[in-house]
Amino acid sequence: MIYEGKQKIWSDYQKEIPDDHWYYVRSCIRQNFFPASERMFTEITRNVLGKDMYETPFHTTCGGIAYHADTIPQETVMTIVARQFALMTEAGYENYCPSCITSFGNYAEILETWREFPELEARIRENLWKACRREFNKPKYLAHTSDLIYHWREQIREKAKHLLINRETGEPLRIVEHIGCHYAKMFPHKGVGGAEYPYVLAGMVESWGGEVIDYPERRHCCGYGFRQYHVKANRGYSVSNTHKKFESMEPFHPDAIITNCPGCPYFLDRWQYVIAEQTGKTYGRNGYGIPVFTYEELAGLVLGYDPWDLGLQLHQVAVEPLLDKMGVEYDPKAKYLGLNKEDLMKPEMPSSIKCC
Amino acid sequence: MKENVVIIGGGVAGMEAAKQLLTLGYNPVIVERSAQLGGHVAGWHKLFPDMSSAQELVKGLRRDIAEANVFLETRLNSLQRTKSVYTVELNNGVRLTSRAVLIASGFELFDASKKEEYGYGVYDHVITNADLEAWMNGREDNRIPAQPQSIGFVHCVGSRDLKAGNSQCSKVCCTTAIKQAIELKERFPEAEVYCFYMDLRLFGKKYEDFYINAQRDFGVHFIRGRVSEVGETIDGRLQIKAEDTLLGKPLKVQLDLLVLMSGMVCNPIAKQLADKIRLQIDSDGFLKSRDNIAAIGESNQPGIFYAGACTGTKTVPETLAEARAAALSIHTYLMNQ
Amino acid sequence: MTDFGFHLSKSSQLDLSRVDRERLNRLYELEPGARICMTCGSCGATCMAAPYSGMSVRKMLLHIERGLDVKPLLSKCMLCGKCTMVCPRGINTRNLILNVCKLYD
Repeated sequence: MIYEGKQKIWSDYQKEIPDDHWYYVRSCIRQNFFPASERMFTEITRNVLGKDMYETPFHTTCGGIAYHADTIPQETVMTIVARQFALMTEAGYENYCPSCITSFGNYAEILETWREFPELEARIRENLWKACRREFNKPKYLAHTSDLIYHWREQIREKAKHLLINRETGEPLRIVEHIGCHYAKMFPHKGVGGAEYPYVLAGMVESWGGEVIDYPERRHCCGYGFRQYHVKANRGYSVSNTHKKFESMEPFHPDAIITNCPGCPYFLDRWQYVIAEQTGKTYGRNGYGIPVFTYEELAGLVLGYDPWDLGLQLHQVAVEPLLDKMGVEYDPKAKYLGLNKEDLMKPEMPSSIKCC
Repeated sequence: MKENVVIIGGGVAGMEAAKQLLTLGYNPVIVERSAQLGGHVAGWHKLFPDMSSAQELVKGLRRDIAEANVFLETRLNSLQRTKSVYTVELNNGVRLTSRAVLIASGFELFDASKKEEYGYGVYDHVITNADLEAWMNGREDNRIPAQPQSIGFVHCVGSRDLKAGNSQCSKVCCTTAIKQAIELKERFPEAEVYCFYMDLRLFGKKYEDFYINAQRDFGVHFIRGRVSEVGETIDGRLQIKAEDTLLGKPLKVQLDLLVLMSGMVCNPIAKQLADKIRLQIDSDGFLKSRDNIAAIGESNQPGIFYAGACTGTKTVPETLAEARAAALSIHTYLMNQ
Repeated sequence: MTDFGFHLSKSSQLDLSRVDRERLNRLYELEPGARICMTCGSCGATCMAAPYSGMSVRKMLLHIERGLDVKPLLSKCMLCGKCTMVCPRGINTRNLILNVCKLYD
């Protein structure tokens, strides 16, 4: 691997990311999958970094999930998105950051489509006006929330309590970075580092002391594929793609996986259990899996937040092996206590994959 | 006093034209940007279909044009036409007048790093056709392992690629890949060699025989399908993906060396020249001939002639033939003035 | 083992690094013509078995070279010799098929 070669490509794909005043929109599913991630994003950006991160409870889905599952036409999606932009405009913002990768791709696709076909944009403005008497400006800047954490990665490093370094050996932890397909595969220039060698997560890993693993199936989709997973008959195909990735990364012995998409961490995490059940194979050491994190969770660990406040007990694959390597202190007995210290009860543990 | 004919470009086209112009009694003046004559051919090792030496060809041409004026490491500052005379100003201060100018600026090799998915400049064992020729000419290259077990060739890198901005077929790469595959099999008989092609375009004299040789005598594997991406395994080998389009199945293979057959794109200098003297650019991005069948060596401007790959992708013999024809066209033009 | 109602799918991706080269080279020795097929498909076009079974010498060779099972294709060959007649590269397809039977069946 020629690192300078990657740096050259990264330098070709840089995007302007304003340092403050963002209009934040949440994902449909992330709060269910990784309940503390979005909360941690607002916590870190507002309270640790002191940024203006505005959000409103009136925003809805962007429609991307239905669009990608072939259940609503694109014009409907565009009108939904137009309403989101109207809310941003009404709040006085012009920098728009969605938490979801598919949303980010959806917004990018719609803005590009409007640029190419202004008459379509005019029709959508008319649709929006007829539907809810709203008007909008298009965002001046569009960034995914992982772009923002990337943008502020060095500030996070400065405040770090723990680094992505093995406490015992002093070696950098080996991290797989997995990018959501809709981040840059459609529009390589809209992603930090492009689509072939994205830098958005790699940059965080490097800043926080870790080492990025480049394995042959790095560019492969996590396997979620919306209706591929949603339709049970297709799930074998969905998990097979995840399996392919794990088989490819296995020889590199990753310590963890970092992701920036709502679906990827969920499937990379949960499918490890399903693969273990079906094949008896696990990909971490000593019968454990490879822990999978969102970038907010990993930023939270680096900044010294309690792993259970980060919601890491909701992961299928045990995160403790990574916590131990990083030297993160945690109370095993508090793992399944709710926010009010109420006992949520320990879930049933699978026998095929070791969980704590 | 002999009449000047300015030749822009000292590759084999410019040299061959100079040789003919000398014979016809002119004083050819070659303006070459680099430090040596011979262009791309000077960097090549052997030429298909007879494995003749590229160095010998260039050496012979150099000998033949010993009497020509040659400006190396020289660029054109300006080119202006007044009545029927061109005034050429070089960046070394020299000023020439010439009633005819031959453009033989040739091609530029497609920058393989633009096809990011192939990892040229990123992965340790990815090289181009030109890198391989330089290595065969004796340049050290630590990207080429001492004993490769498995070698791949990707045809059409930057050619027939609308996304890369090049619709054209580069013509020589299929045969070059076969030639280089054979040369590597000769050096590494134990290695499996795979050529990934979209179509095999073996149009020239004995090219098809070359293909049969590669199959029958050297066991080169030909796989119809374009490589889609390259990755690196834990032990630093390359893993590539392609589809075997004849079987309709995706495939992967691990390689110790991957050679990218970078295609030809028009030399950007030709475009700068075109701006200076209002020459036309054809739809394929190369200089536009007055007529692509009857007058390939003539431009739309009086006294401006073309030879070689400035008007499109060419083989060496085609280029040499065009250079000879251009010399004669120039002669006829000057006689009739 | 839990039954989820779905299973890992079998991948159709070929892995050329796993092809049995020794056996393939043996075939090339027994019938050197096997190396020079240019996949024109005239053999399959004229093959008696092709319309009913999918057999063609071109396909059979590709299967072997990519490490796939050829038995189902081979079993339908009638050894009529029409493919030898049409092959523009003069491959002795009869000798090829008989040797494939020996090595791969």
